[in-house]
Amino acid sequence: MNAVLPASGTLVLVSAVFLASAVEMVEALTIIFAVGHTRGWRWAFEGIAAALAALTALVAIFGPSLVHIPLNILRLVVGGVLLIFGMQWLRKAIMRSSGFKAKHDEDLIYAETVAELAAEAPVRGRDHVAFMMAFKGVFLEGLEVVITVLTLGTSAHRVGLASLSAAVAVVLVAVSGLIASRQLSNVPENAMKTTVGVMLVSYGTFWVGEGLSVRWPGSDAFLLALVGWNLLTVWTYTWLSRQSRQPQGARA
Amino acid sequence: MNRPLLVRLVIGFVNFWKDFLVGDTPELFWATLVIIAAVFGVSRELHWHAVAVVMTPLLVSGALLTSMRRVWRKK
Repeated sequence: MNAVLPASGTLVLVSAVFLASAVEMVEALTIIFAVGHTRGWRWAFEGIAAALAALTALVAIFGPSLVHIPLNILRLVVGGVLLIFGMQWLRKAIMRSSGFKAKHDEDLIYAETVAELAAEAPVRGRDHVAFMMAFKGVFLEGLEVVITVLTLGTSAHRVGLASLSAAVAVVLVAVSGLIASRQLSNVPENAMKTTVGVMLVSYGTFWVGEGLSVRWPGSDAFLLALVGWNLLTVWTYTWLSRQSRQPQGARA
Repeated sequence: MNRPLLVRLVIGFVNFWKDFLVGDTPELFWATLVIIAAVFGVSRELHWHAVAVVMTPLLVSGALLTSMRRVWRKK
């Protein structure tokens, strides 16, 4: 396979990283707004800065070492991680679409976070609770972005493009949040997560195959066939899930 | 017990990856290992490349189905 992905592979890579980063950023933004509005913006911004510094350090430590791993082994390991990660996302997305799990509600998460922060007594001086809440929110959501960028980017030899795609998503969501001055509850998170899940599973299948010398017909263009197959799988399982929730009588 | 910082960091790192990869869906973790072993056998050992092309996406869909069946049974 060529070291550089052709158009179909690039399209899947850019959209997967962009959507995954946007979804994670929307979730981080909700926590930041909850901290900022309840305990003050200083601690929210300090938490963000510390989380970004920790994430940068992680990328600086682990990023360069990834390129020294033999490509086939890297693709096999990355493919395996993406498969697990992607299937977990799809499982949750199917459960949400079919009513087995409540849909991700940013307004509800905001209210719960505010209630949790309000229950803590206000402090004079340094507000460790607010700082840690903002830090954890940004760090954990950011870590998923970093893992997505590093795994997809290094395997495709497109770390720069993957990073740029993630950065555009993060900036877009941050600016949208700033303009709206609130959590972004109208973003269709479940649909975005389903799309990302499909792409992660497709990439995971593709890289596992590449790592084990499977010769995909049409090389990288086969990614699009995998995306189509996984979309069909999700649609079928969502339908089966909805059927299984209906009582026996209603189905008959 | 107060463990040294390095030990706590290593334990935290291992726990993070365990939560991340296994979490509450161990069946997906084990299924992925089975898929890798099966594709390895078919592609690298038997050189049945056409079979591997068809089998890999089917096994992935099968793994997800196994996990969904766990959800449906719990209902």
